[in-house]
Parts: sequence; C-alpha cells; structure tokens
Amino acid sequence: MAVNRVKQKSDKPLTHNSGRNDFALLLRQPLLLLTIISIFVLLFIFVILPIFNVFKMGATNKDGAFSLQPFVDILSNPSYRQTFYNSMKLGVIVACVATALGYLFAFSITRTEMPGKRFFRTIATIPIISPPFILSLSIIFLFGRQGLITRGLLGIKNFDVYGLRSLVVVQAISFFPVAFLTLSGILESIDDSVEDAARSMGASRWHTFRTVTLPLSVPGIISAMLLVFIQSLEDFSNPAVIAGDFSTLSVEAYRIITGMYDLHAGSMMAIILLLPTVAAFLLQKYFLRKKSFVTVSGKPTQKRRKIHEKHIVVPLFLGCLLVSAIILLFYGTVLVGAFVKTWGINYTFTLSHFKFVYSMGWDAMKNSIILATWAAPIGGLLGMAIAFLTVRKRFLGRRVMEVASMLTFAIPGTVLGIGYVGTFNQKPLLLTGTAFILVAAFTFRNMPVAIESGSTTLLQIDKSIEEASTISGAGSGHTFRRITLPLLREAFFSGLVYAFVRAMTAVSAIIFLVSPRWPLATSKIFSLFEASKYSDAAAYVMIMIVVILVAIGIINGLVKFFLRPRAKAPGREEVERAILAQGGECP
Amino acid sequence: MSTQVQSTPTKKANDLRRFSGKSSGVELRDITKIFPTPEGTGETIAVNHINLSVADGELVTLLGPSGCGKTTTLRMISGFEYPSAGQILIGGRDVANVPPNKRGISMVFQSYALFPHLSIWENIAYGLKVQRLPKDEVIARTDAVIKLMQLEGMERRFPNQLSGGQQQRVALARAVVIEPSVLLFDEPLSNLDAKLREHMRDELRSIQKRLGITSVYVTHDQSEAMAISDRVVIMKDGNLMQVGTPQEIYEYPNCKFVANFIGKANFISGRFQGLEGESAIVKFGDGMRYLIPNPGAMEGLRFGNPCCLAFRPESVKLTAEGEGIPGVVKRATYFGSKIEYEVDIGSTVLTVEIYNPQLSRRYQEGDSVKAVLDLDCVRVLPEEKLTIE
Repeated sequence: MAVNRVKQKSDKPLTHNSGRNDFALLLRQPLLLLTIISIFVLLFIFVILPIFNVFKMGATNKDGAFSLQPFVDILSNPSYRQTFYNSMKLGVIVACVATALGYLFAFSITRTEMPGKRFFRTIATIPIISPPFILSLSIIFLFGRQGLITRGLLGIKNFDVYGLRSLVVVQAISFFPVAFLTLSGILESIDDSVEDAARSMGASRWHTFRTVTLPLSVPGIISAMLLVFIQSLEDFSNPAVIAGDFSTLSVEAYRIITGMYDLHAGSMMAIILLLPTVAAFLLQKYFLRKKSFVTVSGKPTQKRRKIHEKHIVVPLFLGCLLVSAIILLFYGTVLVGAFVKTWGINYTFTLSHFKFVYSMGWDAMKNSIILATWAAPIGGLLGMAIAFLTVRKRFLGRRVMEVASMLTFAIPGTVLGIGYVGTFNQKPLLLTGTAFILVAAFTFRNMPVAIESGSTTLLQIDKSIEEASTISGAGSGHTFRRITLPLLREAFFSGLVYAFVRAMTAVSAIIFLVSPRWPLATSKIFSLFEASKYSDAAAYVMIMIVVILVAIGIINGLVKFFLRPRAKAPGREEVERAILAQGGECP
Repeated sequence: MSTQVQSTPTKKANDLRRFSGKSSGVELRDITKIFPTPEGTGETIAVNHINLSVADGELVTLLGPSGCGKTTTLRMISGFEYPSAGQILIGGRDVANVPPNKRGISMVFQSYALFPHLSIWENIAYGLKVQRLPKDEVIARTDAVIKLMQLEGMERRFPNQLSGGQQQRVALARAVVIEPSVLLFDEPLSNLDAKLREHMRDELRSIQKRLGITSVYVTHDQSEAMAISDRVVIMKDGNLMQVGTPQEIYEYPNCKFVANFIGKANFISGRFQGLEGESAIVKFGDGMRYLIPNPGAMEGLRFGNPCCLAFRPESVKLTAEGEGIPGVVKRATYFGSKIEYEVDIGSTVLTVEIYNPQLSRRYQEGDSVKAVLDLDCVRVLPEEKLTIE
C-alpha cells in the first residue's frame, strides 16, 4: 500500500535536523531552559571569567597594556625555571608512589580474600577528609629539629626535615586515596570471569595478573597517576610549610603576589601552574573514556572465590598493614602533639594548647562552619543538577557545560584565588571581602566531585525511569526532585560531604580571599604554623577533625531522613473511607 | 478480579469503562524522523513518511526487525522524540506543541522503569499525585487499579521485592491509573522468560480489551504481535510495509519481506502473465504455466514482470510418488509437533512442515520426494517491492 504514495513524496527535500528538534523541545519547558541559562551564567562568571582574567593579568603590564614581559622575566630567571622543574619532579614522583600505594590497596581489597578489608578501606579514606597541615605537622614532630625519631630515637641534631623527601612522603599519603578510589572502581568493574578464563587455560595467578588484570587496569593506573599529579601540583598547604628551599609553583605564585605585590608576575606564575594541570586533566578524561573496553557485565555474576593463596595474600596484607601503620603513626603523633607541653623537650600532658586556641576566639572556626554549611548544599545540589542536565538532557552547549563545570578540578586553588581577586575587585562584581565570594570559591572549586559521582550514578540508572515519571505527567523539576535526586542519594551524600570537608579545609583557594571580616580556621592554622606554634596548630587541627566528623554524621542523618525510601501506602480504613467519600462501594 | 464479588455485569463494565473514559484515537500524518548519523557527518532516515490511523479502543502493533523505526515512531507519539516532518493527532488534536507530560498518554517500558525508591502504592499513585488530585480521589482510584491488577497486599513492597510478572502488572497499573488517552507499550514482555511471557501476553490483551484503551504496541516478536493485536503494522527501514489484521498479514502478505518476517515462507520465482478470471497466470523457467486461483492483491504487478509464488511451509505436502515438484530431502528436523524438511528442488530449497508427524510417512536425508502445493494457499508477489531510498 505504501508504494505509490511514497513515490510522490520522495522528491520533497528533507531539511529538518534534530538539533532544532531539541531546541523546540526545550522551548516548551521554560523552567528547564531557565535553569540551563542560569547555570551557564554562573559558570561564566565564576569559572570562565576568573580564568580569563588570570590570563589577561599575566599578559599585561601595570598600565594594562599587552605585554609578555612577565613571561620573559620568568623564563629568563633561573630560580623560577628551577621552581617549574621542582613542581614537575615532585608531581611525577608523588604520582608514581601514590598510585603504587593505591594499587596495592585497591587490588588487595577488591581482588583477594584478605582479612580486615573494612579497616583498610577506612584508613584509605582518612586522608581525604582530614584537615590540611596535619601530615606536615606530624612529619615535623617526628623528623624535625626536635623530632621524636630524628632527635629522640636516633639522636641526630639539626636534621633537615624540610624539602623534597618530606613533601613526597606527605603528599603520597595525602593523595593515595584518590588513586585508591579510581583504581578500585576500575578493578571492581573487571569481570571476574575474564580472570577465570585465563586460569582455566592453565595460567598461574601471576601470569593471569600480568597478562589480564594488569593490562585491563592500565587506563585506571594512568588516570590515577594523572589525578595525583594534578593534586600534587595544586597542593599549597604542604609545600608552604615543609618545602624549605624547595620552591614550588603554587607557593611561589603566592609569594610573588603577597610578598612582592606583583599581581602580573604572580598571574604568569599561575598560568605556568595551570597549563600542566589542565593538560593532565584532559589526558585523564581521554584515558578514562578508553575505559569502555573494560568488561562491565550488568548481570550479577555468581560470587566466586577471590585470590586466597597464602603466599599472595600474606605479603599484600603485610604491605597494607605497614602503610596503615605509618598513616596511624602520623595521625597519632599530631593527637599526642596537641596534648604535650613542649614537643621534644617536655612530654607532660597539658590542655594549655587547647586553652590557647580557645583564647584566640571561635570566630574563625564559626566562620568556616557557616561558610561550609552554605557551600555544601549549594555545591551538592548544583552538582546533581549539572550531572542531570549533562547526562540526561540534550541542548546546545551541553559539552561546554560539562567541560566548564569539571574544569575547576584542574584549576589549582591558587590560580582560582588569583582569578577571583582579579575579577571581583571592581563594580559591578565587587565581592572581595564578602562571605559570598568565599562561598562561591568553595562551591565551584569542589563541585566537580559531586558532578562526577552524580554522572556516574546516573549513567547506571535506566533512563526510562525518568521518562516514566514524565509520561505520568511530571515536569522536569518534579522529576528531578521526586525521582532523580532520591536515586542519586549516595552520590548526593558523598558530594555534600566532600564539599563540606573541602570548604572547611581549603587553603590555597582562600588565602587571597580571606578578609579581616571573615577570618577562617585554615588561615589561623597557617599563621600558627608560620609562627612555629606547632602544638597549638595541632590542637586547632584536632578540634577541626571533631567538627568535620560531627558534620559528616549530621549530613548522613539528614540525607537519610529526607531521601531514604519508605514503604508508604495508606491503611485499609483510609482506603475504605476514601472509596466511600468518592461515592463508591466497599466490597 | 475473579476473587471479587461483583454486583451486576453492567456495573462491572461501567467500572472498567472508568479507565478508558478519556481514550481516543491516534493519527500519524506523513511522519518523518531524521537523525544525524553517529559520526555526525550525515543523516539517517529513521521513519519515512508514514501514515497510520489507530481507532479509539484499538490495539495496533508496530512490528519489525530492530532498526526499522518502530520504537522511534512510538517515542514520537509519546513526545520524547519530535518528528522532523508531519503531524501527530491524538483525539483529533495536533500535539506538536504538547510536551510528553501534558499529552495525557501513558507508556509501559521495556524495563518496566518502576521507581525503585517508591513503594508499589506510591509507584501506582504517582501520576495521580502529580496532578495534585484530592487525597481521597488518589487513594480510591489507586485502590481500584490495584484490585484490577490483582496487586492487593503488595502496596507496601518495593519493586525489587516483586517477581517479574508482578512488576509487569505494577507497570501496567501505573500506566492505566491516570486514565490515558492512549497507552503505549515499548516491548513490555521482552524481559520475561518464555512461559511467563505467554501468560502475561494473554493477560495484557484481556485487560486492554476489557478497559478498551487505545493502545500502540511495539515488539519484534511476531507471535506476540499476532496474538494480541487488532491490527499489525509491519515496518522495515522506516517504511510501513503492510497494515492489516494478523490474519490478513499472515495469509495475504503483500511482499516477500512481510511473508518472510511473519512466519516462514517459500518462494518460487516466475513471470507474471496476466489474469484469467480471478486466477493469476505465472510462467516458470521451464516453460510451465501455472494458474494460481487465489493470488492476493498483487500490488504493482504488470504483464511480464518478474514475480514469485509464495506459500507457507505447512501448505506443502510430500509424497514419494505421483504428481509434484521433484526434489531431494536435504535435512529433516524433528520438533515433536512437527517435522521440518528442507527439500532441494533444483531452483531453490523449500521448507516443508508436516504436522502431527506420527500420522505421516517419514523421509530421511537424501530421499527423493515430490512436493505437492495446495494451490489455494499460494500467493503471487512482486519479486521486488518498491520502497523509497
């Protein structure tokens, strides 16, 4: 029947394309369109514009004319060149060490029947949620001039703790959780049956690991190394206090701006810091996209016995145990340090450091809590919304939104701080000195983690669940609140926790932004550190840890309370009453 | 329903009519959908100028191989996709400017798409709550559907605590409760195992019939389409190939594709030599002319055109001697209810199905046989059906 009619129509040109189609669909959902536009505006003002201004400041002189003089100055200055090499060297070493540690933990936990997995998992998350300076503090307590190990146990006088070695240790411990999380995700997604297949063909455990497991986890290893590399370069707090003569880019940019008042040279330094981190970030995205060849099977496979041979499990277990012991030693040292009179000289118990912190007043801590309390839900919700939009909706500029919102992960806090100073110090965006600018810095800097976990979860949720809500009559907003957000609650929770903790513990992003009106806890710790009041700093850090743990508990409770599924249904009497009220009959 | 005591048959009918009060017909007018190719370099035509009208209360199935455009067509009716050209009318109203959530239609998804974090009761009541109806009305209407779908006692469970068949019923309940104008089914049974699929298929059909809601059903399973449809639409490469009742489609396919897609078919090529009364004259390579008494519509066939005889495997009988097309048995497969033979007749290989094999003679591979056609069951089809490129 279709033959004749179809013939006539085929000469009609078909010019419509689906791009217009998406836009037409969007126009009919004004709320959605408004949300998309608002997010674009926010991303432009708080991400794109500051970065643009860093480049602008880096490429202009004091009169505002275009000039590459700062760039030439930095290139021709051997000590600045050395700074660049230092940062790269540190980044590469830490990336290797932290990834090796992360792989040890990830492999042992996901692939073997090692005892104490929960314990090791917990150990591997502590560094993520711990305040800054804490590992630097303990390395000074342990190996410093009055160090427990160097001076106390080994009797070495004037041991120089400052420099590359300490930085590698401190950063490797700080950032190996990032590698651990990335790698355990990858290792978990490798289907056991692939390894079983190799084993069934007679391959030994070692051969299977070398020819199957390891090659399949290569994208994860590279991606983990790049992520650690970025973090190492971005790190400000550790190099700021224990680098000694070993200068790094993020600290140098800070010194140039605060010490020499040269915003232009500082910006140029920031650009030199920014380029490798962004490059590493883009590379990481590229490698993770290749992850698709990892065998992910949706079907729950039979639970099979993991690696259990003693000669494999025992060394892995001992390795994990050793790393855990070192981490616990570091954290324990700071705990003790907060309660002793004078480290290295007088180890009697005292609360005097806490008294001192108390006498400093609680303004800074209160401010940190208030700002983090604002930044966390804003960042968490915005993150989920962006994940929802970029994964589920089609609109012009979707990729731009995705990249722009994730970009802040690759932007070192120092760079973002310089950008904010340069962008928000004049009308109409005069925000410097306000709490708002701090909240904005926290929100946009910490959002990528929420977006990442939101997107990953969303990709695993069948799209038709949301379509079912739409076809039942719900608009985009209703669907997001009632269906998407509750389904994302795990991701939302981790996004909230991360955003809160990072806001509490941020250093690099805020050193340029803190004002006398809004002093923050981390800047207090930093100044205690600079005044060499290590035990007071330790006391402050301990209080911060307590605050963070309490906050995580509260966030957990709130998320559970509001988003936990409850089996709701009306009771029998209620149903019968309703039927009668509707004029029906009860059976 | 059987467990419930109903006052009178008419009341029962009225009760059921409650769910189809807003049911209405659907019309697709010259619908086209063009997608950019995945590489982004060109465009592919997913749906090509199709016209289709679904009457109020009718169940029409879109059937075709994957990639034929059936799901795209369904998603355009739902509003999740937007046609590149053409009009969609629901109840006579053009819905071009109506987003999916305002179309008053429902959909049952392939994966059921139940809300995993909501109880069964909340899943079913969801669409009513979205409309902000009074609480009593929500409760009463939800309860009516729960009884209709025999889901009593499940209200407080979560979807993952239900069996596949129960989940299917919840999905249908959620779709029916809002009294949709049209009910769309996107391969709803493909996740069930074979036994349950047949059971749910019959249940779904009987509920749809009792409720009388206009339904558009997408599937790639031809037996499913045959069993539940008022009419079947066969699609291929974005084109409608044939529309008709299951019987029409099976007995009078209009082209080789349809004949092959619905059931099995044998083809013998020849040349069309005109009509003699109702019968078609077909000439074969060996010069033999056959008179086909019941050739079908023979759309587009002119004198001298290449054509073919099409007939079902069950319309052929085998004998060892006597009249018939000579051939050799290539393979014999025993299925219990039937034996399937492949018989090489030189120009082609015929598939022959002999039902109730206990009663007939069995042939072995390599046996010489004669194939006897039941000429009343033979159709004449054009060799190539014209479709647009």
